[in-house]
Amino acid sequence: MDILFSTVKELVGLAEESGRPISELMIEQEMQITKRSREEVVAQMERNLEVMEEAVEKGLKGVSSTSGLTGGDAVLIQNYIKSGKSLSGDLLLDAVSKAVATNEVNAAMGMICATPTAGAAGIVPGTLFAVKNKLNPTREQMINFLFTSGAFGFVVANNASISGAAGGCQAETGSAASMAAAAIVEMAGGTPQQSADAFSIVMKNMLGLVCDPVAGLVEVPCVKRNAMGAAKALVGADMALAGVKSVIPTDEVIEAMHRIGRSMPSALRETAKGGLAATPTGKRLEAEIFGKKAEESVVD
Amino acid sequence: MKFRSVFDIIGPVMVGPSSSHTAGAARIGRVARTLFGRQPEWAEIRLYGSFAETYKGHGTDVAIVGGLLDYDTDDERIRTAFEEAEQVGLKFEFITESDEPEHPNTAKVRIGDAKGEMELTGISIGGGKMEVTELNGFTLRLTGHYPALLIVHHDRPGVIASVANALAADGINIAHMECGRKEKGEMALMVIEVDQIITDSMIRLITDLDNVTQVSILAD
Repeated sequence: MDILFSTVKELVGLAEESGRPISELMIEQEMQITKRSREEVVAQMERNLEVMEEAVEKGLKGVSSTSGLTGGDAVLIQNYIKSGKSLSGDLLLDAVSKAVATNEVNAAMGMICATPTAGAAGIVPGTLFAVKNKLNPTREQMINFLFTSGAFGFVVANNASISGAAGGCQAETGSAASMAAAAIVEMAGGTPQQSADAFSIVMKNMLGLVCDPVAGLVEVPCVKRNAMGAAKALVGADMALAGVKSVIPTDEVIEAMHRIGRSMPSALRETAKGGLAATPTGKRLEAEIFGKKAEESVVD
Repeated sequence: MKFRSVFDIIGPVMVGPSSSHTAGAARIGRVARTLFGRQPEWAEIRLYGSFAETYKGHGTDVAIVGGLLDYDTDDERIRTAFEEAEQVGLKFEFITESDEPEHPNTAKVRIGDAKGEMELTGISIGGGKMEVTELNGFTLRLTGHYPALLIVHHDRPGVIASVANALAADGINIAHMECGRKEKGEMALMVIEVDQIITDSMIRLITDLDNVTQVSILAD
């Protein structure tokens, strides 16, 4: 196997030695592994970018899920931004609304690009399309944003997990937010090490997050966890660009996430048996949606 | 390494809402369709574990039927797969099982037509990836660490060698291999785990070999 990197340390080391950005190393590795040309690999990522753009556009017009649990919040947030009253900042809220838009489309059985999963699909595009308005990237730089996100996700997926059933929400939205932070740093002109620091800063704040979806659906609280994941990604990227470093190296943070995931009880790993799913309201919604008697669906 | 491609991370493009319960489910259905080799006329689908608990909300049912109609994960017809199935004359039934499966997202798909039938068990392991664990009573023992190919063939001398040669000529290294058959001279199958990513051209190459009847990706 022609793997160039399997840890973040190797990835950053290689980028520093060669003076090439992380996105470039990801493209090269992909070409080697799949024996495809650069054009083919880049074209596939461009198609993913297009799907992400369409999902955000669709979500910002307002959608509603089959269960009726989610939909319409992206529109509310956009209208609030336009009112000029936002406290946390327009760019940050724009990212939040676009992350929400994507996940609302996902919940409505719309077309999305899993990044790294469907349940966490809002964070990477949400931050990308918000940062785009400030940094005015070229199309190529936007595609590179996805390759850099993918490079960090590749390390997480192989050394820990990106599955909520295996590692909780920290493995899904946690990974997505950390990947996005690293990619924002690269797009903003930061160094590979700053990308790694941004990744670590965000992941450290996602550790322990459980996967407890109401009725087992990718809706509550998933959509709002994408919202907050996008916010953390932006703040983490800004901190790293300001020069803040992570005391714990990135690979050790990833290892910690893996260990925490393995010690999580199964009730908190996508079984809809614990956490928010097990609240009285969570159980009532489950009973309403699946037509079960409330008593039958009580699990603990 | 379970994940080899950046498109395992940024991808797949799919109809929501769940990579495991929708995209992975569609892929299980589609592998069954590919191995059957033609459009089945009927399907009996048993769902276990989390699939059985939450399939309605995740569209797992329409996704599997969509897969049986040969739709990929990004085919928007998945949403209307039930109507499309009726149009092509595919009758289907879903049965939820309460048995505790080995893997939380397990589906057992039995499909057939006037000429024959087939049974396949698939698991959805996350991020849209899936694995086939059983085919027509054969337990497929995959390590789960490599891409895997399933080759159904006539039990004749030289078939295994010709497949191994074809892979070698394409620079593909075999990591693990199992062969099995039900009766001498009848249908046989090979499960081959490889170090490299399985490409469409590789599948075409093997499909064209003598005595090979079907080729499918078991784990990507």
